[in-house]
Amino acid sequence: MTGLQDLYREIILDHYRAPRNRGELPVPPAHKVEGFNPLCGDEVVLYLEVEGGVVTDVRTGGQGCSISQASTSMMSAAVKGKSVDDARTLIRAFKALMSIHESKLEGAEGTDTTEADLAGVRLGDLEALQGVVKFPVRIKCATLAWNVLAQGLDESA
Amino acid sequence: MSLDVAAIRADFPILERRIGDHRLVYLDSASSAQKPQVVLDAMDRLYATSYANVHRGVYAIAEEATAEFEAARAKVARFVGAPEAREVVFTRNATEAINLVAHTWARANLGAGDVVVLSHLEHHANVVPWHQLAAERGIELRWIPLTDDHRLDLTGLDALLDGAALLSVTAMSNVTGTIVDVPALAAAAHAAGARVLVDACQSVAQVPVDVTAWDADFVAFSSHKIYGPAGIGALWARAELLEAMPPFLGGGEMIRDVTTEGFTTNDIPWKFEAGTPAIAEAVGMGAAVDYLTAIGMDAVRAHERDLTAYALAALRDRFGDRLRIFGPPDADDRGGVVSFLFDDIHAHDVSQVVDEVGVCVRAGHHCAKPLMRILGVPATSRASFGVYNDRDDVDVLVEALGRAEAFFAL
Repeated sequence: MTGLQDLYREIILDHYRAPRNRGELPVPPAHKVEGFNPLCGDEVVLYLEVEGGVVTDVRTGGQGCSISQASTSMMSAAVKGKSVDDARTLIRAFKALMSIHESKLEGAEGTDTTEADLAGVRLGDLEALQGVVKFPVRIKCATLAWNVLAQGLDESA
Repeated sequence: MSLDVAAIRADFPILERRIGDHRLVYLDSASSAQKPQVVLDAMDRLYATSYANVHRGVYAIAEEATAEFEAARAKVARFVGAPEAREVVFTRNATEAINLVAHTWARANLGAGDVVVLSHLEHHANVVPWHQLAAERGIELRWIPLTDDHRLDLTGLDALLDGAALLSVTAMSNVTGTIVDVPALAAAAHAAGARVLVDACQSVAQVPVDVTAWDADFVAFSSHKIYGPAGIGALWARAELLEAMPPFLGGGEMIRDVTTEGFTTNDIPWKFEAGTPAIAEAVGMGAAVDYLTAIGMDAVRAHERDLTAYALAALRDRFGDRLRIFGPPDADDRGGVVSFLFDDIHAHDVSQVVDEVGVCVRAGHHCAKPLMRILGVPATSRASFGVYNDRDDVDVLVEALGRAEAFFAL
């Protein structure tokens, strides 16, 4: 089970079994965003409250595989209370961790992100999701929540 | 009539593969079946000895390639009970065969308000072409609903068929395994004045198919599900329908004459086969048909039924109510396809865990999202059986599912 334990690290299973920040927020003032992974049918719903350039509150919904739902939970915990800029940096760092670079996201930033820029970013628990990279078809499960977050931040701006 | 599975397994080189320390347990034949050595050899031999373009050259190997290509067509025709080989049009796959009907027969015959009747079991290949036609022409789509055990609910059939121009249904669901009573549906559709298209993609690999006994008008299927190569499939249609239909793609082979003013079309089936076809793949499909014919489709059906009954019982015994199994409860009503879902474990997680021990099962929506919505689930896991599977494979699956359940236990 070595391969599997790389994918399903204990912290991931913990977030899957006990997802953080589940629920809804009133819209408005919160902004609601949804994303789907057509391959697996994963669904992520995100309620974002952004005030004065800070993600003041986050709630999540949706359904899907353990990786997509754990990633959603871990993302919500990581960005809650962070500035929008820090949240965007975290998105880039997480995408770099997954080794995929979507020009769409980088273009939306208007700045080039280099490895050096990301070197100082602390991913903490999120690094547990790195094992997903060994299972290429599951990468989209892990990145779904982050794509939804990026869309939500753009739309809330 | 039970199959000699040990002998059959020896025909499939891929089954010698190991996944880590485990033998390959391939339970995804409903997606695409593995290929026996005779199919690989037939394609190799054509390329090595007789390959040339077909219906063009006058030299020896061109004549040989053409003869092999057309012999494959005749084999495929016999395999599905077609009265004439010229009623079999080679396509890329079953999807293209259905699209061919939608683009030619349907666009020549259907307009705003005309009705096409589908069922809730359909694969996207038999849904999207009709949505496209609805958007383009304003045709109306009607849907045959399902019973609680995922068979077609025919109580309202007459009303659904009233005024319909086409009934287009699967003969066997790729998700629930449900075997559809095609002759009864075809009779009802014809009585209502509708044409009948059958998606035989699943059933052609699992049950004896006889397009004449079905009394269908169009039947679509592919090679890769009957142990032949991918990249080729077929549309069978009644000769008089094919004669009257406009051509599909334009190009070489499909014409009789071309001038600066226009063109005239070739005879059927070549009228629908523009461009150089998949020649070796056709020969491979012919070899696959020979392989299945030698085993006997009645024996294949008995084998699939036996494995399905065994799998249904084994899954129920081991997991009880914790595992939801879709489709009719009785193996007599279904082909060798079993979709299932644990209450608390996503299908993709299940597939990932069983893959660790070499078990290949599909997870996802199986290109049947309307059906998934009716089942009320985003995805299922699906095990499907081929001629090379046996009860040991089912036992390995059940054990692997037990591991998955333990792994994700709350």
